[in-house]
Amino acid sequence: MSARFAMAVDTVRCVGCNGCVIACKTENAVPEGGFRDWIAQEVHGVFPDLSMQIRSERCNHCAAPSCVDACPTGASHVAQGGIVAVARNKCTGCKACIAACPYGARYVHPAGYVDKCTFCLHRVAKGKAPACVETCPTRSLTFGDLADPESPVSRLLRSRRYAVLREESGNRPQVFFLA
Amino acid sequence: MALTRRQFIQIGGAAVAGGAVASGLASRWWGLDRNRVEDPGTDGDRVVASYCELCFWGCGVLAHVKDGRVTKVTGNPDHPLSRGRLCPRGAGATGLLYDPDRLKRPLVRTQKRGEDAFQEVSWDAALNKVGEGLLELRRRHGPEALALFSHGSGGTWFKHFMKAWGSPNVGAPSYAQCRGPREAGYLLTYGTPLGSPEPIDIAHARVITLIGSHLGENMHNTQVQDLAEAIGNGAQLVVVDPRFSVAASKARFWLPIKPGTDIALLLAWMNVLLEEKRYDAEYLAQHANGLEELKAHVAGKTPEWAAAITGLKAELIRDSARFIAAARPASLVHPGRHTTWYGDDTQRARAMAILAALLGSWGRRGGYLTYNKMGLPPYRMTKELPHGGKGAADKPRDGGYPVAGEVIASGLCDAATPGHALYDLKGWMVYGCNLIQALPSRKQTIDAIQNLDLLVSIDVLPAEICGWSDVVLPECSYLEREDDVLAPPWREPFLALRQEAVPPLHESKPGWWIAKELAGRVGLAEYFPWKDAREYVDARLTLARHDVAEARRRGVVLGKKGPVCEEEGLPIDLGTDSKKIELYSQELKRLGFDPLPQYVPQEEGPAGHFRLLMGRAPTHTFGRTVNNRLLAEPYPENEVWVSAAAAQALPGFPGPLRNGERVWLVNQDGARSGPVRAKVTQRIRDDCVFLVHGWGQGAKRLRYAHGKGASDAELVTRYKVDPIMGGTGMSVNFVRLEPVGRIA
Amino acid sequence: MNELDVARYSHLIDPKLHIWGWEIPVYLFLGGVAAGGMVLSSWLALGGARPSRAARWLAFAPAGLVALGMGALFLDLSYKLHAWRFYLAFRWTSPMSWGAWILVVMMPVSLLVALGGLEEGELSWPALAPLRAVALRYRPLLLRANLVLGAGLGLYTGVLLSTLGARALWSSALLGPLFLVSGLSSGAAFVLLFRLSEEERHRVTRFDQVAIAVELAVLLLFLVGLATSGAAGKDAAGLLLGGPFTASFWSLVVIAGLAVPFLLEALETALNLRATALAPLLVLAGGFALRFIFVAAGQV
Repeated sequence: MSARFAMAVDTVRCVGCNGCVIACKTENAVPEGGFRDWIAQEVHGVFPDLSMQIRSERCNHCAAPSCVDACPTGASHVAQGGIVAVARNKCTGCKACIAACPYGARYVHPAGYVDKCTFCLHRVAKGKAPACVETCPTRSLTFGDLADPESPVSRLLRSRRYAVLREESGNRPQVFFLA
Repeated sequence: MALTRRQFIQIGGAAVAGGAVASGLASRWWGLDRNRVEDPGTDGDRVVASYCELCFWGCGVLAHVKDGRVTKVTGNPDHPLSRGRLCPRGAGATGLLYDPDRLKRPLVRTQKRGEDAFQEVSWDAALNKVGEGLLELRRRHGPEALALFSHGSGGTWFKHFMKAWGSPNVGAPSYAQCRGPREAGYLLTYGTPLGSPEPIDIAHARVITLIGSHLGENMHNTQVQDLAEAIGNGAQLVVVDPRFSVAASKARFWLPIKPGTDIALLLAWMNVLLEEKRYDAEYLAQHANGLEELKAHVAGKTPEWAAAITGLKAELIRDSARFIAAARPASLVHPGRHTTWYGDDTQRARAMAILAALLGSWGRRGGYLTYNKMGLPPYRMTKELPHGGKGAADKPRDGGYPVAGEVIASGLCDAATPGHALYDLKGWMVYGCNLIQALPSRKQTIDAIQNLDLLVSIDVLPAEICGWSDVVLPECSYLEREDDVLAPPWREPFLALRQEAVPPLHESKPGWWIAKELAGRVGLAEYFPWKDAREYVDARLTLARHDVAEARRRGVVLGKKGPVCEEEGLPIDLGTDSKKIELYSQELKRLGFDPLPQYVPQEEGPAGHFRLLMGRAPTHTFGRTVNNRLLAEPYPENEVWVSAAAAQALPGFPGPLRNGERVWLVNQDGARSGPVRAKVTQRIRDDCVFLVHGWGQGAKRLRYAHGKGASDAELVTRYKVDPIMGGTGMSVNFVRLEPVGRIA
Repeated sequence: MNELDVARYSHLIDPKLHIWGWEIPVYLFLGGVAAGGMVLSSWLALGGARPSRAARWLAFAPAGLVALGMGALFLDLSYKLHAWRFYLAFRWTSPMSWGAWILVVMMPVSLLVALGGLEEGELSWPALAPLRAVALRYRPLLLRANLVLGAGLGLYTGVLLSTLGARALWSSALLGPLFLVSGLSSGAAFVLLFRLSEEERHRVTRFDQVAIAVELAVLLLFLVGLATSGAAGKDAAGLLLGGPFTASFWSLVVIAGLAVPFLLEALETALNLRATALAPLLVLAGGFALRFIFVAAGQV
């Protein structure tokens, strides 16, 4: 069975330190102003009855990716293990994928092509975890293969409550936020 | 031209199909359809193990070097403090290394101090000037007239210089402007200060109580790792903070306390523990003095009493006290770190230490541990360092601060004012600490500087203090230098090596070189017999029979883990004279202070003003990282947190203050800072505002950070000195908000 | 009361998405006018009457307008060197791809229609003679194809946005029909700017009036649909019904671009007044404003 890569983000552990963001930026040489992952803090309530969720967000590597559908050239594609990637040799920079993404996960690289999280495809291919996962001081991020029922991410999703972002988009996002 | 319609359609269709097939084949043949998703290629050709200097924690890093550039810095999995994981600052070290605003060549002041006019000179010229200045200083005032302010591991070379030179005046704002009161409070109670990293067992605690500490936003890597681990294992948090901090958002109990009333809460918690017999009686009977006095002291200091003071509901106080007690002894009262708030901070630290004692957590798993340090023999010197000489000039002439365990940086500053201390300080060397932001009352600091004969700063970036210096010596960043071995106390003792990943950029030089060169110019060369830092470190490692090559490859030498708590077989051993936990402090009584912590009301601010509170962001270390372009991306400037309720009707504002709008902050003495973006939020009480420290930089050579955000330091015109240890309580200032339109 | 803090400052998509500036609305507008032009020229020609000189030459306009529009689209590409990649793939799920290919197909068809519609000797360029022969031989087929392609092009300009489901304002099946009828009316308005025969002017004005009426109806349905859909749709409707785009939408699109020209045209017809360029210009301005506002508001 082929791999289905996914990520679980433990919002209970995460403190929103941005370690994932900086590690990603240096690992992937992300240009200034570009973000492949980022921290969102969502506060509910009125003082002093408050709750807050902290999320390390990135491309959701959707199983039904609207960005791939929107791409006229096939540059946005589904790569190994369901990872949604942009082939920069094919990208015209028409930005239809950016408009199509419900998560704002894509940006235009100064070189002209559209760039986004690749789940560190280049690391995953070598059997390593994505840079954000590797550095996360709170170990909030778990990356793995959903096709393998014994993978840590599969086990986490079996045992914990979780939600995905903008489920109504119909994109079937594959980044799961543990609560 | 006699085509039929059918033929036309056929030909048209064939053309389209042919085109499609041709383009498809062309793509196939030329590899045009291959999806290229590039490897960014940031893995190093060389990986150098070192330890981080973006903050003081000292995590182990691996610097990836490719084509002579550091491409990325990752965590060293072998290092006990990082365990392979880095906070954003650690990962953002390249932002410091390649900061375009770095000090590139030595600078000599050309105009009056403070006008920030400098000339680039050669190292020889700069060092000669400093050397001559030092010799002149010694000739006229003696060696003690020189003080060193030093923060960071490269400072060891300059501390060594000071020993050789013969001055005891070596201090850092990290004591009297930061963790000092805590050190004094725990020293008085348990006979030992806590130091850094704090020997606390977050990972095994079942309840963790944070009092004004926003762990998670202050990103002490290992502690945050442990905190997440504890939370993952079901530990619960109790968070006392006027702000709904990140930790508060994860807490079972959040107590949004009125600033300045923590001691009342702590006394009420003790009252609940003692009245309801929820304390560890057996432990106290064995290890503590003064339980009866404490009982008498907190009798009547009920949750209802504290509720009126703290603004917290009595039920919340009582429930949280019971909750804390239920988890003892693995109920950790986190000692905090930045604790210079209100001038009675040693007493608050005492109250926290006493609470920890009631929980029986000192010396126990999930509480306070005893760490071990890995010894390393000193470098074999041929000439012994000088002894004797005067004591430090960090206290007023008439004495004071009897419990101060380290040199008081603000006292060294005061000693530049003639007649203030036992003798006057006439020269300062400042290594890696921006005194302009770190010390309270900027005016006082600048007045003191104007009294000096010599001010030399050694820094990587042109911090504000450099602008006030006579000579500025550019140090290279930690990735470009070797330093002394780091051997902090830890559960499992270890040594960590600082190693050069790339040679120094520009004309910057490592601290060891600068110190050695300076020593040579003032006749102290024989105290610096080593060729370089590498030889110095290798000699020490060799003396201890460590495998030097292996140590350099791994970046760490791991020692044997010994027992760290009672559960592991380490008996509880107290450092006080009585060998007991001093619930009631005989020492404080002897010195004429309250032997048990008292709640004393703080002064309130003028009408329409908010108490100014400061704190940290995980992406920044004081003002040291604010110019780091990489770290600026997720956190480009600080914001002033204002309660959404208060923002509805601020005096002087035509309408409600909107989130993101810029405002000026003006304190009770008219000092102003900003303009700064307002974060209008539910997450803070309506009697205080909050700023992350380090912004509002006045250093114009920090081209990114200059003028961004607001500086809490600029608004700390008043401070309250802790009479016990000399800490400067700085949360005693009040600000009002002013619309930006008011002054252009 | 909720607060959402997103710690990133990516100029293109934060704090709001604004990836598309003036280029895309211009492209959509010119595409719409061209679509209207194609439908009209086929419609007029299929109507049987002998077209005026202006009408004959106007049949070339759609190709020119589309070429201009493609120029705008090209300007918007951030990786222009890869523009040829559009024609190495056909991605049926991507309206952007459909658009790229429709443009390729409509160009020759509309040019052949135009060529075939010319009078004998009007264009004495020998090299074009064989093409003209083809154009005349298959004129009925080409005219119908031109009509269908024109309608397709008009629909496409709306569908391009409406498939981007992540943007609530665009995510409506009515956006295609809306942009189509707007394109038809704009195309008619464009044609009305030229010296048509009296009969043609009458027919095109009627056409425009119907198109405007239908457009108003579709617009109303669109707004009702949006305002009665989920929370995101309501928010999006709010942009037009009580938000930053309300004033420009109602004044430029609904009143100046639809209602006023409709009345003007009605008056002209009823009172047999001499037609001015005012009504067509208003329609064109309204058509452009519609696209500009929709593209901008969809990116909030």
